[in-house]
Amino acid sequence: MQRPIEVLMPAMSPTMKEGKLSRWLKNAGDKVKPGDVLAEIETDKATMELEAADEGTLAEILVAAGTEGVKVNTPIARLATGAAATAPTAAASRPEFPPAPPATAKALFSPSPGRPVLQAPPAAVPNVPGETAMLTVREALRDAMAEEMRRDPNVFLMGEEVAEYQGAYKVSQGLLEEFGKKRVVDTPITEMGFAGLGVGAAFAGLRPIVEFMTFNFAMQAIDQIINSAAKTRYMSGGQMDCPIVFRGPNGAASRVAAQHSQCFASWYAHCPGLKVVAPYSAADAKGLLKSAIRDPNPVIFLEHEMLYGQSFDVPTGPEHLVPIGKARIARAGAHVTIAAFSLMVGTALKAAEQLVAEGIDAEIIDLRSLRPLDTATIVASVKKTNRLVTIEEGWPFAGIGAELAALMMEQAFDDLDAPVTRLTGVDVPMPYAANLEKLALPQVEQIVAAAKAVCYRR
Amino acid sequence: MATTKRKTAGETGVASPSPQVLLRYYRDMLMIRRFEERAGQMYGMGLIGGFCHLYIGQEAVVVGVQAALEEGDTVVTSYRDHGQMLAAGMDPNGVLAELTGRRGGYSKGKGGSMHMFSREKNFFGGHGIVGAQVPIGTGLAFAHGYRANSRVSITFFGDGAANQGQVYESFNMASLWRLPVVYVIENNKYGMGTSVERASATIDLYTRGGAHGIPGKPVDGMDVLAVRAAADEAVAHARAGKGPYILEMKTYRYRGHSMSDPAKYRAKEELDRMRQERDPIDRVGKLLIEGGVVDEAGLKKIDKEVRDIVLAAAEFAQNSAEPDQSELHTDALIET
Repeated sequence: MQRPIEVLMPAMSPTMKEGKLSRWLKNAGDKVKPGDVLAEIETDKATMELEAADEGTLAEILVAAGTEGVKVNTPIARLATGAAATAPTAAASRPEFPPAPPATAKALFSPSPGRPVLQAPPAAVPNVPGETAMLTVREALRDAMAEEMRRDPNVFLMGEEVAEYQGAYKVSQGLLEEFGKKRVVDTPITEMGFAGLGVGAAFAGLRPIVEFMTFNFAMQAIDQIINSAAKTRYMSGGQMDCPIVFRGPNGAASRVAAQHSQCFASWYAHCPGLKVVAPYSAADAKGLLKSAIRDPNPVIFLEHEMLYGQSFDVPTGPEHLVPIGKARIARAGAHVTIAAFSLMVGTALKAAEQLVAEGIDAEIIDLRSLRPLDTATIVASVKKTNRLVTIEEGWPFAGIGAELAALMMEQAFDDLDAPVTRLTGVDVPMPYAANLEKLALPQVEQIVAAAKAVCYRR
Repeated sequence: MATTKRKTAGETGVASPSPQVLLRYYRDMLMIRRFEERAGQMYGMGLIGGFCHLYIGQEAVVVGVQAALEEGDTVVTSYRDHGQMLAAGMDPNGVLAELTGRRGGYSKGKGGSMHMFSREKNFFGGHGIVGAQVPIGTGLAFAHGYRANSRVSITFFGDGAANQGQVYESFNMASLWRLPVVYVIENNKYGMGTSVERASATIDLYTRGGAHGIPGKPVDGMDVLAVRAAADEAVAHARAGKGPYILEMKTYRYRGHSMSDPAKYRAKEELDRMRQERDPIDRVGKLLIEGGVVDEAGLKKIDKEVRDIVLAAAEFAQNSAEPDQSELHTDALIET
């Protein structure tokens, strides 16, 4: 007999850190062979099956069914293998996306839809000042869409896997059930096509929310976003409106390498005719998405996969709107201004905590909106602190930090006691190796060092 | 010319139309011809800038298709759009003033030849990127379906655009969801300077929807009656909820791709033969005379009326002021 093999809690996606062991499908003592389903694992995105990779007997279950928060790589069972067993391996992992149910979409607007298209809105939930609930960014985004879809029958969601699959990142969970296939539309994998189709529908007065599974894929569609959505109002002398939201995760997820990890903030923020937002907190994700859907202009809504599972206090009630174009002081401070957006706000806040020990009181500005940019808030902060450090995942050349530095030259030159410092993603395509990926992105220690440097501290 | 070209209820006799209908086709096609000739002349005089793509030779296509439409049906096309706008019932003054970049233009002088729109006439442009209007037209059809309003989207594109990937992305979605859209391919034989034969692996463009289950039909695009009959069939198909339809209009542009194109890639004889034997306006003129509807003098009278309208438009387009400098900053976004 060989030593028993430990079955480990698997990572089911690049960003999964922990999950719930929902149930065991085998009992201690059962014989198993490779491919047998041992257990069901639940993540915040999906429920997946864990298969055995080896032949043997399930000797012992180490983590009981129903246990939440089981960290990846925790031993969850022991498998006793026979003499003829194959070389021991850890648990099998599955592809990130199991096959979705077969599509049955046909005649999207057939006269007899399977379910009512519009449901009566639920009883009005009042905005109680100060009342909040803990929500993940993922839930906040879903709630924002659901509320706006209840409010306006012209709002609909389209994209890859948004309906039957409930969203590749589970952002649109439950929307198909409530709103039906007419308003929650699974598209083929055809970014340029459905982005352009959305633009046409917006020209006709509908209010599409176009989800890109990630903004990396929106590069296929960028002609429609810039040339058709952003420019047509100007080219028509103000005649043609394009009330559309393009949304999806942006920036670096985790270990998905160059083609799936980049920040498009400065690409879109460069272009007149668009609004561009990139929230950090769930409250802002919800309030800004609601504002974006109500906005009569095309809005690029940049989310972040690493934030989807993070929880924040979110004001309750269907009228929680965050205005586009306003930054938020995420932490008030006196010595140095740190401007960031999206995931990097969290990194900057961590740096601020460490800076306290250094006697540096950092002010963190969550830009939230990149076009229009709330220059006044940044300038006011810099007039107070006389220093600015900018953080972004994107590349340095012509990036958001470059723009902020130029703006400070123009509007706060006399108030600066140190040159503006940019912390950006490194000027290379994103590497895959874990150590290199970390080096390619701004880290807490770098922010601390940059803040100290502009404060002339060692 | 601001009268609508749209079909009126109960209109019959597509194959042998009434004299009034035939006269209308003649006049509408002639209007486009004279307008474009004037635009070409004004371009030569430096009054029109940038790119300018004339519709001369293709008049039967848009006049025949527009005649098959009803109020509320939408149209979108490429940058070869002046004739489209006139046929949609837009004001020649506003179109020509846009060409001259003046404030009286449809886009207040900010769009130019390739970018004009009329919400009132359901004309959704005027798009400068080859093929980009095809998903947009498909989206207009999506909106019609979403609203269940029985409207049809007419999406025009050229033989050149027929090789763009987004056209097939659109075909797939339109067929998958049975959207009410008619794709009208204006095959004028050349995508800029490259003939269809040199650019396309298969040259029967009406078959291009085959992989997506979309029926298609070739049409003599130099014959307005043939165009009208085919458009009636295709529009009825889409309006009935049967999904998209493709019409390939075999047509011909007499001028180059744009004003700067001397069209050296085709033989002069080819052009001469088309003009002499296939001209869409002469064809209807002949029918009118043979049918005893008008005589030569009658046609001349129509020509005079049309010329006067175009001359007035030219006058307007030159006298309309340039946009106010403050217009530089307006219209990029709706203020919120």
